[in-house]
Amino acid sequence: MITKDEVKRIAKLSMLNIDDSELDTFVDQFNDILNYMEQINELDLSSCDAVYHIVELKNVFREDVVKPSISNEKALKNAPDAAYGAFRVPKVIER
Amino acid sequence: MLFKKTLHELIELIEKGEITAYDIYKSLLERINEKDKQINAYVNVFEEFETYKDDGLLKNIPIAIKDNMHIEGKPTTCSSKILSNYVAIFDSTAVKKLKEAAATFIGKTNLDEFAMGSSTETSYFGTTKNPWSLDRIPGGSSGGSAAAVASGEAIAALGSDTGGSIRQPASLCGVVGFKPTYGRVSRYGLVAFASSLDQIGPITRDVRDNAILMNIICGRDEMDSTSADVEVEDFTAYLDKPVKGLRVGVYEDAIEESSDDVKSAMENTLEILKRLGCEITKVDLPHSKYAVSDYYIIAPAEASSNLARYDGVKYGFRSEEFDDLGEMYIKTRSEGFGKEVKRRIMLGTYVLSSGYYDAYYLKAQKLRGLIKKDFDEAFKEVDCIVLPTTPTEAFKIGEKVNNPLQMYLSDIFTIPANIAGLPAISIPNSLSKNNLPLGLQIVADAFREGIIYQLASAFEKEFNLADKLPLD
Repeated sequence: MITKDEVKRIAKLSMLNIDDSELDTFVDQFNDILNYMEQINELDLSSCDAVYHIVELKNVFREDVVKPSISNEKALKNAPDAAYGAFRVPKVIER
Repeated sequence: MLFKKTLHELIELIEKGEITAYDIYKSLLERINEKDKQINAYVNVFEEFETYKDDGLLKNIPIAIKDNMHIEGKPTTCSSKILSNYVAIFDSTAVKKLKEAAATFIGKTNLDEFAMGSSTETSYFGTTKNPWSLDRIPGGSSGGSAAAVASGEAIAALGSDTGGSIRQPASLCGVVGFKPTYGRVSRYGLVAFASSLDQIGPITRDVRDNAILMNIICGRDEMDSTSADVEVEDFTAYLDKPVKGLRVGVYEDAIEESSDDVKSAMENTLEILKRLGCEITKVDLPHSKYAVSDYYIIAPAEASSNLARYDGVKYGFRSEEFDDLGEMYIKTRSEGFGKEVKRRIMLGTYVLSSGYYDAYYLKAQKLRGLIKKDFDEAFKEVDCIVLPTTPTEAFKIGEKVNNPLQMYLSDIFTIPANIAGLPAISIPNSLSKNNLPLGLQIVADAFREGIIYQLASAFEKEFNLADKLPLD
């Protein structure tokens, strides 16, 4: 069973806040899902290989040549805040 | 009444010079104005008729696009607050290919937020209603696309399918939905949810329209290194071919778990297939019963990584009040994402976190191999596998929204094809006692889409909902 504190810790790792008012429901739902997933422990998977890609692929190479890419103007078009051709964020370095 | 016609009928009418594409656009716009207040299939309807090419296969006929694929210059919201102000700066490859075939676009359709859901109830822009019965869900996550096609608000649409998001809504709305083999269609410009599972495909009113669109959107793309370098066939060449002697495997475990309506629909379906001369055998997929567990480890794990990019810096919504950068990230994400998206990000973060990785994620990847192997074995004996698309008819709005696990289990029959990367279609195979559509799912081996179209087109001649769709 996952606890409230663990859920808070995972929220922090995920850069999310969960309201205290929602926390109990969230913990219950999380546990429902994790309990259901327990069924995979019926299986002995020790001798199986992990499959990270379902369709077989070899390395995909291309020539290293310069091609047109997204312009600075377009790249900044959706930025919530931009200045001097760059994304602007709150100050991160203390003086 | 042009909105009632299929894509191939409209192509013919334009070729004969009887109508123009603009007539179709106007007809759709009128239909949308009349119906969409009730159905809410669209997030964004295009009020101008824009063309991209003078002539081509699609003759400027308007297509609807799920709002998680980019059309340059148009908003892509993913039905999320966090992208509610985003305007696409490039075309997704599927859209680009449609433009090259002289398609136009009528609008962007509603979905569960970031395609995470089976009902469209998690959309920031409200639930889409099932056009067959407005108090029911249309399925999800491509619920907007399926409802639009079923109700005459679109002729045809693109959807995306990560765990059933094309097939399940197609089944519940009585239309045809196809998920291609993983890698068949480029994912470039499709907003990523779970990258090893996501695949774009068409939702249409009949099998021919579906094959026409598949012919256009398939193919290797240098912008998606997972797109497959496999020759693109003419899928329409498989339509109308006889299916006598085709070896069809039945996955009976799925039928046993289904409602009575679905069971009797499958009995009738098997009768029809026998009559058509198919050789019916049983197949065993012993690990498919674990597919939902497998999926809810792998998909959230990939989502937690893919959705880390939404931080209020490069695009989208940014929270207004914060003291420093860290707080800006957290407030932006907490205010910008809905509950289900947060749940999946956290589930994914948990299964990947230190100490749990081996217990969940690594096991899930091993299990994925077993599920695939079952299919490989089955396809030594049969050409394709049939099973219901969903265990029940469309459920009521609100019925499962507070019980995530029950919601997840509604995709129990569609998830295995995603896990194994296989192509699968849903086509209508019955109406339930409540007069709601049910779907037949046909799965084939990787890159054998053709055989699916062959069987689907033969079945469609024996059963279809062409005269029963809610188009009045």
